[in-house]
Amino acid sequence: MASLKDIRGRIGSVRNIAQITRAMEMVAASRMKRAQDAIIAARPYSDRMRDVLGRVSAVVGEEVHPLLARRPVRRMGLVVITTDRGLVGALNANAIRAVLRLVAELAEGPEAPEIELITVGRKGRDALRRSGLPIAAHFAQLGTRPAFGDVTALTRLVVDDFLSGRYDQIDLVYSSFVSTLVQRPEVHRLLPIASPAQESGEEENDEYLFEPSPEAVLSHLLPHYVAVDVYRAVLENNASEQSAQMIAMRNATDNAHELIGDLTLVYNKTRQATITREMIEIASGAEALAG
Amino acid sequence: MPLQLDIVSPERLAFTDEVDEVILPGIDGQLGILPHHTRLITALGIGELRIRKGGTEQSMLISGGFVEVRSDRVVVMADLAEHSAEIDEARAIEARKQAEADVESARDPVDLARVRAALQTALMRERIATRRRSRG
Repeated sequence: MASLKDIRGRIGSVRNIAQITRAMEMVAASRMKRAQDAIIAARPYSDRMRDVLGRVSAVVGEEVHPLLARRPVRRMGLVVITTDRGLVGALNANAIRAVLRLVAELAEGPEAPEIELITVGRKGRDALRRSGLPIAAHFAQLGTRPAFGDVTALTRLVVDDFLSGRYDQIDLVYSSFVSTLVQRPEVHRLLPIASPAQESGEEENDEYLFEPSPEAVLSHLLPHYVAVDVYRAVLENNASEQSAQMIAMRNATDNAHELIGDLTLVYNKTRQATITREMIEIASGAEALAG
Repeated sequence: MPLQLDIVSPERLAFTDEVDEVILPGIDGQLGILPHHTRLITALGIGELRIRKGGTEQSMLISGGFVEVRSDRVVVMADLAEHSAEIDEARAIEARKQAEADVESARDPVDLARVRAALQTALMRERIATRRRSRG
């Protein structure tokens, strides 16, 4: 049986762990608030943009702009957004599982495309390196308060790789923020810009009037839209990360407190047993003398 | 039939309501949109966006972005959207001076284009603020 000193030591170290995880929980909670506000505020813009682009790409021909061009998918780029740091529960593991499932599904098709990865965040890169898929580029995560300008490099890379024909399709995988308790891995088509399921109804096939011309408007609008899409994914992932970390740390703190309770019970029992044993020794010693 | 107007910027949903008329700073000049407008997509310039509803008028500063018009719906996707009521005149003047200094010191042509646009935005912001004060 462990000595009293050992148990006291363990209680001390678990208490220290609880203090650290509690502090991390507080930090994550304040970041979480900011990150959640940021994604909730960014969604209306991104949603409207997606709607408009969906309608536009449905009425203009693919030939109007190369970012709309659908080609047979022989080579595919997969942008995987994860976090740089761990302690976020199953968040990254779920995203990586979604990537591997997608890759497996694609490999089953009759014309399986070659797949290359572009990773954002260290955790995804480290895990996917083991999968044997080639990683064409890697970006560090964009910090706890990503700004719109921070996605420029990544956006330029994917747009250029699509236009140059290096990839015929580019998908984006990230953890979308549903609530503090729920984050869901999401696969989103980035390029070519696709028309989502047509809204049912009215005048949807009417022509648009473009000022000054379709080419001029789209050559501005489409690259911007790609950046907005990427930025949204980054914000979603960021809100997911902070939420998952807050919950993971809260669980860790709760577990530590439970463990402290258990250890204290063992400590008291051990102490009690020691006292009892000593009393028996004294009593039996006295009895032997009296005998 | 009123016009459903949504104004969004990357930071937020700045406005959503039914209005009678909206006047936009298009890239090639002012653009008045009434209900039953033809379907239109155009780039936006830097300027004042005015919203008319039942005899009242609201004003916003808009800089860059796009607008989509379809029949009785208008979606403004602006790079920047500020309600005139949110603009503080002193801060607007300060920002304009800063932008002027930036234009003076800019060397790189790409940079220069960017700071010129920033200055134009700052000037427009100041003008909106001054006009609001003079109206009382």
